[in-house]
Amino acid sequence: MNRYRLARLLRRVVLWALILVVMFYAIFPFYYAVITSFKPSSELFRVDYWLTSLDLGNYAQILSQRSFVQAIGNSILIAVSVVAIALLLGVTASYSLGRVRFRGRTAVMLIILGVSMFPQVAVLSGLFEVIRALDLYNHPGGLILSYTIFTLPFTVWVLTTFMRQLPMELEEAAIMDGATPWVTLTRVFLPLMWPAMATTGLLAFIAAWNEFLFALTFTLTDSQRTVPVAIALISGGSQHELPWGPIMAASVIVTVPLVVLVMIFQKRIVSGLTAGAVKG
Amino acid sequence: MTTTATHDDPEPSRIAEQERRDGRRGTRVRRQRVRAAWLFLLPMLITLALVAGWPLVRTVYFSFTDASLSDTASAMFIGLENYLVRADGIWYGILTDPSWWTAVWNTLFFSVVSVSLEVVFGVIVALLLNAEFKGRILVRAAVLIPWAIPTIVSAKMWAWMLNDQFGIINHLLMTLGLIDTPLAWTADADLSMWAVIMVDVWKTIPFVALLVLAALQMLPKDCYEAAEVDGISPLKVFFHVTLPLITPALLVAVIFRLLDALRVFDVIYVLTSNSSSTMTMSIYARQQLVEFQDVGYGSAASTLLFLIIALITVVYLYLGRRQLGIDR
Repeated sequence: MNRYRLARLLRRVVLWALILVVMFYAIFPFYYAVITSFKPSSELFRVDYWLTSLDLGNYAQILSQRSFVQAIGNSILIAVSVVAIALLLGVTASYSLGRVRFRGRTAVMLIILGVSMFPQVAVLSGLFEVIRALDLYNHPGGLILSYTIFTLPFTVWVLTTFMRQLPMELEEAAIMDGATPWVTLTRVFLPLMWPAMATTGLLAFIAAWNEFLFALTFTLTDSQRTVPVAIALISGGSQHELPWGPIMAASVIVTVPLVVLVMIFQKRIVSGLTAGAVKG
Repeated sequence: MTTTATHDDPEPSRIAEQERRDGRRGTRVRRQRVRAAWLFLLPMLITLALVAGWPLVRTVYFSFTDASLSDTASAMFIGLENYLVRADGIWYGILTDPSWWTAVWNTLFFSVVSVSLEVVFGVIVALLLNAEFKGRILVRAAVLIPWAIPTIVSAKMWAWMLNDQFGIINHLLMTLGLIDTPLAWTADADLSMWAVIMVDVWKTIPFVALLVLAALQMLPKDCYEAAEVDGISPLKVFFHVTLPLITPALLVAVIFRLLDALRVFDVIYVLTSNSSSTMTMSIYARQQLVEFQDVGYGSAASTLLFLIIALITVVYLYLGRRQLGIDR
């Protein structure tokens, strides 16, 4: 009995040790960025493990840069528009794919799956040409358009999964009443789809907010940059003297909203991520 | 039940039933529904054609031309010259470029090593999150943080921690007496790839862990209780019961991660910029396209990357499907 208890206790200790290691590993880089961002530049090059000062100089410096504030604005505009477009097109498409049986449906699903596996670089030159032809180069519109390549397939895929799970009696009543498919979609399904749309919208927002390759390639001037590009391009006097304080402040500014979103909606995010992959 | 990400009807019987009822209601309603379905799909299909289909076709076309970035319209068709050509007894083209092959090797090395590490650590974290303890929700939220941080930001955070002179990691290793002189993590050709892998693994463990956790939570509880009663060691239970049951979910996680890793761009661009020791296929292609303005040559690199990824996807899905077929 004593040995059994000891084994149990030991297992508990090992479990908690592992949990602490994992927590530390997951959080530390972000924690360290926060600490660094509050350091005045004179203390920057002394390694500290705890918060030693609360200097807001780095934040003042980065937020006084017009181009960084503009980048935040651009990122918000682009991410919100991408989410709106992906949800609008995604909901109608997922109704067709989830509720109606027709020839060619499997082919459409395979196309969507194929597009979601596209390497972005593979379409870079062709997309560059399309964006220039539409006169959207160095314009948020170009990024909004190009971001649908990775948000739309994902949104359609997850919403279709959710759409399939809704009971079919709902729809039958509407059909009996002679409702058109559009009315069925907007009056019957849309009210039920809000949770799923919130999940996919959130994931699409994060994906658009974090995108880098297209944003780097399809914008030219500082005023049109998005946040990731703005941070990547912050530079100092020379290549070896990066202004780490302001870079960390900028990183914290753009990451805190995401971390808060994750904390609040973690259940939704988890279900959205796994619905895309596990249920299929 | 978990399946691959390929499309399957979850409830064929329900749809069959619907068809039967549709048939009773007459084909007029059905025809109307099918027409509406295509109408609803049209905007999405047009958008995908505009941003994915057409650009892909153009990229493949450009790879057979001498197009330059400033003027893609006047591109001349030059056949396979971007890929391989023999002039004056010497072979030219991307397939003879040693830095392309370095990029291919780097990409494969990065993908295999980082995905393997992510799977191993992802499973460990998932098992941990599956255990019952107080504050599980909080720990799960904390584990999600690296996933939510933009790749660029995480690359910058790690670049700062890995800084050769003032970085905390060198400081820590020196304090512990593991190294005598600071390591140049991102500049040293032998270390930079490992630095990149370290950042990528940190960022994507949460994704793998969540997929595996979802599979773990669907496992039947009773066989574990039976195993505990019989006094079978937890390790044995893991390898003989848990692992086979979560294999389908693991396969899905691996394919998602592998496809992501093969097109890796941003971590490397920020962490080690244009160093040849970490140059991947995406970095190579973009450099040719944008920095050297050589759209033809860059498109050839993009096309090859696309073909490699398509090939791996097809092989993987084929193998995965067979494995899953046995499971069913």
